[in-house]
Amino acid sequence: MNKIDNLIKMANDISNFFNADPDKELAADGVAKHIMRGWEPRMRHDIINHYQQGGSGLSDLAKMAIAKLIAQTKV
Amino acid sequence: MSINKEQDFGTPASTEGQTVSLEIDGFAVTAPVGTSIMRAAASIGIDIPKLCATDSIEPFGSCRLCVVQIEGGRGMPASCTTPVAEGLKVCTQNPRLADVRRGIMELYISDHPLDCLTCAANGDCELQDMAGAVGLREVRYNPVETHLHAVKDESNPYFSFDPSKCIVCSRCVRACEETQGTFALTLDGRGFDSKVSPSQNQAFMDSECVSCGACVQACPTATLMEKSVIDHGQPEHAIVTTCAYCGVGCSFRAEMKGEQVIRMVPHKDGKANHGHSCVKGRFAFGYATHKDRITKPMIRASIKDAWQEVSWEEAINHAASEFKRIQAKYGKDSIGGVTSSRCTNEEAYLVQKLIRAGFGNNNVDTCARVCHSPTGYGLKQTFGESSGTQDFDSVMKSDVILVIGANPTDGHPVFGSMMKKRLRQGAKLIVVDPREIDLVSNSPHIKASYHLKLRPGTNVAIINALAHVVVTENLMDETFALERCDVASFEKWKTFITQDYHSPENSEAITGVPAADVRAAARLYATANNGAIYYGLGVTEHSQGSTMVIGIANLAMATGNLGRDGVGVNPLRGQNNVQGSCDMGSFPHEYPGYRHVSDANTRALFQQAWQAELSPEPGLRIPNMFDAALDKTFMGMYIEGEDIAQSDPDTQHVLAALRAMECVVVQDIFLNETAKFAHVFLPGASFLEKDGTFTNAERRISPVRKVMTPLAGYQDWEVTQLLSNAMGYPMNYSHPSEIMAEIASLTPSFSGVSYEKIDELGSVQWPCNEQTPVGTPIMHTETFMRDNGKGLFMLTEFVATAERTNQKFPLILTTGRILSQYNVGAQTRRTANNAWHSEDRLEIHPHDAEDRGLKNGDWAGIKSRAGETVLRALISERVQPGVVYTTFHFPESGANVITTDNSDWATNCPEYKVTAVQVSKVSQHSEWQQEYQKFSENQLELLEQGMANG
Ligand code: SF4
Ligand code: SF4
Ligand code: SF4
Ligand code: FES
Repeated sequence: MNKIDNLIKMANDISNFFNADPDKELAADGVAKHIMRGWEPRMRHDIINHYQQGGSGLSDLAKMAIAKLIAQTKV
Repeated sequence: MSINKEQDFGTPASTEGQTVSLEIDGFAVTAPVGTSIMRAAASIGIDIPKLCATDSIEPFGSCRLCVVQIEGGRGMPASCTTPVAEGLKVCTQNPRLADVRRGIMELYISDHPLDCLTCAANGDCELQDMAGAVGLREVRYNPVETHLHAVKDESNPYFSFDPSKCIVCSRCVRACEETQGTFALTLDGRGFDSKVSPSQNQAFMDSECVSCGACVQACPTATLMEKSVIDHGQPEHAIVTTCAYCGVGCSFRAEMKGEQVIRMVPHKDGKANHGHSCVKGRFAFGYATHKDRITKPMIRASIKDAWQEVSWEEAINHAASEFKRIQAKYGKDSIGGVTSSRCTNEEAYLVQKLIRAGFGNNNVDTCARVCHSPTGYGLKQTFGESSGTQDFDSVMKSDVILVIGANPTDGHPVFGSMMKKRLRQGAKLIVVDPREIDLVSNSPHIKASYHLKLRPGTNVAIINALAHVVVTENLMDETFALERCDVASFEKWKTFITQDYHSPENSEAITGVPAADVRAAARLYATANNGAIYYGLGVTEHSQGSTMVIGIANLAMATGNLGRDGVGVNPLRGQNNVQGSCDMGSFPHEYPGYRHVSDANTRALFQQAWQAELSPEPGLRIPNMFDAALDKTFMGMYIEGEDIAQSDPDTQHVLAALRAMECVVVQDIFLNETAKFAHVFLPGASFLEKDGTFTNAERRISPVRKVMTPLAGYQDWEVTQLLSNAMGYPMNYSHPSEIMAEIASLTPSFSGVSYEKIDELGSVQWPCNEQTPVGTPIMHTETFMRDNGKGLFMLTEFVATAERTNQKFPLILTTGRILSQYNVGAQTRRTANNAWHSEDRLEIHPHDAEDRGLKNGDWAGIKSRAGETVLRALISERVQPGVVYTTFHFPESGANVITTDNSDWATNCPEYKVTAVQVSKVSQHSEWQQEYQKFSENQLELLEQGMANG
């Protein structure tokens, strides 16, 4: 699997776990925190880039989370 | 130094708290109720002669050498089977007793070869000792018939059985039953005809014997004897150290002759193993001096070149200059490394320190990535600490044992024996596993109450179904959950798990397990006084590995099965020091003690102590290192004691990444598969050649002691230190105890740990600090380790793995291991353990085999989405139709050529346990195997060329 496909899959897999939470805001926070704490900056940079180019392949929750990630990174 | 034999008290210690007082030979003694007179006497230094008793097994009372007289009592009772009682007055020596004993010894000796001077047990024979002790001076009998011509059984590679020397004391039979739980030996016949033999008069190797050696250790004569002692004579000194194979962490006395290990004898005081061991730890130590050991540093410019033997200085300087060159060219983050779970805590700590402080990034990872990283994550989230909750002994208090995705009798044999003992005492067993492991019904006197034989990849659906029953049938311990756990999370979880789709009836279609069995199993576990969960890689090595660990934690919290003896959540960790290497900060996002690198306070602490600027960003995990290597942003790697080329999934991807790097430095004892892709080889030291500590699956920190000089001159921590200094980051330790002192000063859960304490206590379980100065056998007794002290329930939705079967790949391959071989096999393959398992085979159900025209022993081609390999077929009903199974101990098997890069969502632990495959009958090895064999042969030639030039 190429690198970006792998990152998309990783983000979606993480989202699948947190998606169990009926509160989607909390779920997206969980995903964003997980990525923030676990992914090396190169990987975060690549997924943010991909998201900013439309984020094809990313689940809705993954997209919500990456948006939060961008906001956090800016802060 | 001396051999300093361990005292044998004759019978096991009593566990009763109440004591009684009595007199033995005029001396006052106080002993716990249930203690034998023999043991009470031994406790005050009075050794009553004995032959059939030894303190690792229950007394049997057959030899009668231990008779005593009791004032006012009748006859001469055997002191090994007679318990102490208040006010007894016991006499152990008088002329009558002496007469009886001499008579007994005379009978024994009349049918015993009198070759003491040339016997291998000379100096270590209890029969000889007893003849001396009772003052035997003549043998009056001249028996017509003797056993002196009985034939030896030399079939076992490690010990011989010489029945001519057997005194039929049955210590071996009882050791095999009580200590090991295999019941391989029988005592047949009566009187003169009675004899001991494996199974039905079979040779040891043809019997059920698993070569644990318990019988050899129990045998008082030279009947069962280590071949190494026969070959080399009796050892003369002993050093206590810790086994370097599995996460049980058995304590051993390395019995030595100079610098040569004569035998490894499990240490009675070892708190993990209580004097027991398995075939690996006791016998398979020969790899340490195997001819394949590489003892000179080597370098080469490209992996196509021959190796060149160089001095340590040259090799270290070369590695350091390459790493510096790469960092200058590709950036600070372009190098990293891997710590080893085979090495000591101190060594793992030093490698991560070198990477964080010396390399200046957090690109450090460890093999736990591919085994128990989900345990680390799941238990940290729910309980607040990345470790199991109990000590091993806790299992002896369990009433119901739930074993999930683990095979303790093969993977963790000594703990497996302890578990079997508890099960024979009546504890109930539930097994959740796609395959019928031995515990299910293939262990004598043990039968699982339920075997939930689920489809691989459906663990979370099963744990949810179990939890659903517990909640909807109100089998919870709500008081525990409400008092000890985060209440909001508990309520949310209850709502989640109550939903009907989690019910056993609804999940049956997913798991394949009959709903009634799931319901019954849930009831059994939840209503037990003490319910304990043990799990292994069958839980973690899945795309939902972390979810499953969390699901297990939820179930234990909901039923209140935490925080006391007999219960808990217990990951059976694989490698000897996988717990330790994780504790030591081997993950890219965590410092020692599992503190996140982004935590400013912790970082400041380490910056201050290490005098270096540290990165607040998580580093790359092993699979991400591979991706980055293929992306040309990660070009150098320091790999200590790990064989990622063999152990990591999707081999072709791994090899491509290794080939893409400009400097791969491998530090190992052998030219392992990874080293075939290396540019610098730094020879490592085996566990026998170093000082340090290992931490086992119960958080027990045990000593590892140097018993011989490192063959290559340095212990591994010294090599890391040399490399660090050459990189320009100074390290100046003169002994690993100084490294441990630094760890203790920086890690709250280790703050009370020191070499002095380990020496004093023998071992210590972390957390060990001011509040718990002698360590913590059982965790979370009052509060959980999370910040607010409360356990956290988390929601565990089942998500099917992306690795699906279809028409092209209709079978599921799952992997495991067996008793005699160890993981990638680098050590055990270089021992006589190959006698039990000399190749990996593909277990396949008779139906699936028949469909494919496969017979036992045929070559079976196994093809997945990632690759193809070929193994011999083993037709077996242990696997269910649709599932095939193999071990992964031999590099040529290429088991990981077929495993995919699918991984756990939280930690990227690979999904070794589920790969969709097709199996077909073939006539030769796969293309990959043939190519790899060529490559491998070529690499060995390049090694030989280097050695010839060196
Ligand atoms: S080696 Fe172990 S399994 Fe084999 S007979 Fe002896 S005690 Fe039993
Ligand atoms: S083999 Fe050894 S332990 Fe077993 S009965 Fe004979 S003498 Fe006793
Ligand atoms: S059970 Fe594990 S630690 Fe114990 S001897 Fe066997 S391999 Fe070594
Ligand atoms: S030692 Fe007591 S009867 Fe043998």
